Amino acid sequence: MHLHVVPKSTYFIVAGCLFALMVLTVGAAQFDLGMWNTPIAMAIALAKATLIVLFFMHVRYGDPLLQVFAAGGFLWLIILLGLTFADYLTRR
Amino acid sequence: MDEEAYPRRNYLNADYRFRSWLWTTDHKRIAILYMISVTLFFFIGGAAAVIFRLELMTPRGDLTIAETYNRLFTLHGVIMVFFFLIPSIPAVLGNFVLPMMLGARDLAFPKLNLASWYIFMIGGLMAVGAIVAGGADTGWTFYSPYSSLYSNSNVILMALGIFVAGFSSILTGLNFIVTTHTMRAPGLTWFRLPLFVWSLYATSLIMVLGTPVLAITLLLLAAERGLGIGIFDPALGGDPILFQHLFWFYSHPAVYIMILPSMGVISEIVACFSRNRIFGYTFVAFASLAIAVIGFLVWGHHMFVAGGSIYAGMVFSFLSMLVAVPSAIKVFNWTATLYKGSVSLETPMLYALGFIGLFTLGGLTGLFLATIAVDVHVHDTYFVVAHFHYIMVGGAVMGYLGGIHYWWPKITGRMYPEWWGRLSAGIIFIGFNLTFFPQFVLGYLGMPRRVHEYVDEFQVLNVMSSAGASILGVGYLIPLAYLIWSLRYGRLASANPWGATGLEWRTPSPPTTYNFDKTPVVREEAYQYDQDELLSV
Amino acid sequence: MSAPVAASAGHVAHHFDDAEQQYASAELGMWLFLATEVLFFGGVFCAYAVYRYWYPEAFAEGSHHLDLPLGTVNTAILLLSSLTMALAVRAAQTSEQRAIVRNLGFTVLLGLGFLGIKSYEYYHKFEERLVPGPNFVTRHPELAQQPGGESRYPPPAEVKEEPRYKLSSTAELFFSLYFVMTGLHALHMVIGIGILGVLIVAAVRGAFSAAYFTPVEMTGLYWHFVDIVWVFLFPLLYLIH
Repeated sequence: MHLHVVPKSTYFIVAGCLFALMVLTVGAAQFDLGMWNTPIAMAIALAKATLIVLFFMHVRYGDPLLQVFAAGGFLWLIILLGLTFADYLTRR
Repeated sequence: MDEEAYPRRNYLNADYRFRSWLWTTDHKRIAILYMISVTLFFFIGGAAAVIFRLELMTPRGDLTIAETYNRLFTLHGVIMVFFFLIPSIPAVLGNFVLPMMLGARDLAFPKLNLASWYIFMIGGLMAVGAIVAGGADTGWTFYSPYSSLYSNSNVILMALGIFVAGFSSILTGLNFIVTTHTMRAPGLTWFRLPLFVWSLYATSLIMVLGTPVLAITLLLLAAERGLGIGIFDPALGGDPILFQHLFWFYSHPAVYIMILPSMGVISEIVACFSRNRIFGYTFVAFASLAIAVIGFLVWGHHMFVAGGSIYAGMVFSFLSMLVAVPSAIKVFNWTATLYKGSVSLETPMLYALGFIGLFTLGGLTGLFLATIAVDVHVHDTYFVVAHFHYIMVGGAVMGYLGGIHYWWPKITGRMYPEWWGRLSAGIIFIGFNLTFFPQFVLGYLGMPRRVHEYVDEFQVLNVMSSAGASILGVGYLIPLAYLIWSLRYGRLASANPWGATGLEWRTPSPPTTYNFDKTPVVREEAYQYDQDELLSV
Repeated sequence: MSAPVAASAGHVAHHFDDAEQQYASAELGMWLFLATEVLFFGGVFCAYAVYRYWYPEAFAEGSHHLDLPLGTVNTAILLLSSLTMALAVRAAQTSEQRAIVRNLGFTVLLGLGFLGIKSYEYYHKFEERLVPGPNFVTRHPELAQQPGGESRYPPPAEVKEEPRYKLSSTAELFFSLYFVMTGLHALHMVIGIGILGVLIVAAVRGAFSAAYFTPVEMTGLYWHFVDIVWVFLFPLLYLIH
């Protein structure tokens, strides 16, 4: 286990990206893109979350076990959503 | 066997003051606190069972009215599931032996461990408070919209009690996982761990990943009932079946929270009392993880007749069958471990053998229920009741009692009376089967569960079941009596009375506060039972 | 810039071998806790997904009654607070005492700002009777045109004279989810601010340095997680087209 001090510039760049993505998602919501509005909004949210997890939460620098644990919660959320929708998508 | 003197200084006599127990961070003392608490809850839940088994002696409701009966089986279900079965083996036996099995001085977060007991007790008091206030009548499943809109009982307090107790479960699981990762003794690699540790690890995964979903579900239910914020309310367009999805996402895996630790205990006992290495160690270890993971993919088999999609039902049915594979691996491997072992039938072993048979029966009837066509026939009948009691009582409780007897010398430094132990194990086995086997027949003949009156044809089988329950009740009271007796009058136990492997047996009985004077180093695989050497003893 | 975690005997509890083991345990435990949080919020997200799949129009209509500018400002505030939190952790790692206190202070202020704006939004929803429950009636005619049943509840007597429209029941589902989701999120913020307050007091006393910064780091993980929840809540609630 090593202490990894991330340069300040990295944090500022990541924060800049986050703000840019925020502007992008609000902007994209102003246009009617048909069925694509929601997927785009979710993709942007996912990108923002990934940036926060990797850099602010140091998962990029952590050991593989932490990365597995960090992913585990989201994986189980996918199980919950996936099998629940197996019902809702195929109901008569 | 090495005869060591009763250690002068141990965790029990380190401090006699009352507050030294209430503020302890010693995992062993917290285990004792849990043991007393869950025993109390067990007998509260059991008392309800006594009343409704008496009621079911006759086809008419001559002891209780329907409303009382509903509250009784709800009480029984809620207390037994959330306040006995789920904490029993992990929080009592797991808490006590896990750090010792790892060669650690304590769990990774001792204060969190103590906090989890307090949280558990607060939740328990809320549930008991709900019972004293009149009880809930929804069944332990709290199905919406009955629980949220129609039932006139103490649903909110009961649900919040379970919500609170859930956090104690989460904290225990979190503590176990972290401890297993970071606190193993030098040389104790993953594949040298006792199988009890593997099963507790798998259990903890379920506790950590499943319980939060139950927490939010019960919170939404309480919000709907108390604040009128309708989430599952059909009048607003909400879907009560969504409640069932969220509820069973936790509550099906919760069955594995109850049975997996028991399986771990059985692995320890079977290896020790047949003086054999566990057959196929790796398979048994990974079977625990497989059960934990697959257990999350099968919850829909509780909802085959709820009105959801039939196609999803087929997927859930198929996935449910998959759980049988790792479960069968375990049963086969225990049996293979017995083969050519020098089997001795001490009390823990009697419970373990009982477990293997009863769990197999419970598991196989689970396959019936996972088949949609059969499930439509027996859904909500006594067949289901019998099935899950074979798993939860025949499995989980047998494992708990086996483990209590197995580690009793370590926990108290005293031996329990062996003859009484064997007697009560026999009584419990007979009483259990007499109670629950007739219920398979009753269910298959069509007797619905959760009713206090039934048609006259079912009376013979119901009387058999009630008679069995009284035998079972006696079987549970005998250990309570002789275990308490043994605290004072039991023979002093040596450090390793069973000649078992595992680091917990290398500490004195009872252990000192920090378990090991110096951190042990592990140089061998688990379960190195050398038969030749033992035969010569 | 890598350096081993310096061992400081004063901070190692008796049952750990060394500071490294203690730090690894804390980190692992925190991430496990966050996994439970993901699934805790996951239950409501699941409910949201199901109902949005069933009632897309009602959700879009309900979403248009949220205050997008305020929501956007709040998103910006939270992202900024994540940056100051990350800088606070970095300051602890490099033992810059003043920077720890300053950045933790900024984080608290931003968090309070978020809660202030959120309270104002809630207040506005109460004014407009967009809070689910017996008083869920509103002056917005377009909501009443949504498919679905009549309101279950009779309008309250004291507002009988005002022109009002019954909301469709499915739009009420949207607001139920809105309040549950943002309410749980706000509760997490309140807890986070409380913890940050304790940390500031400790930091002023010089408790944290490169030798021991675990509490700052763990609180940071929690704060970033709460931020991530909002990152998903914002488009799901405010940006439905």
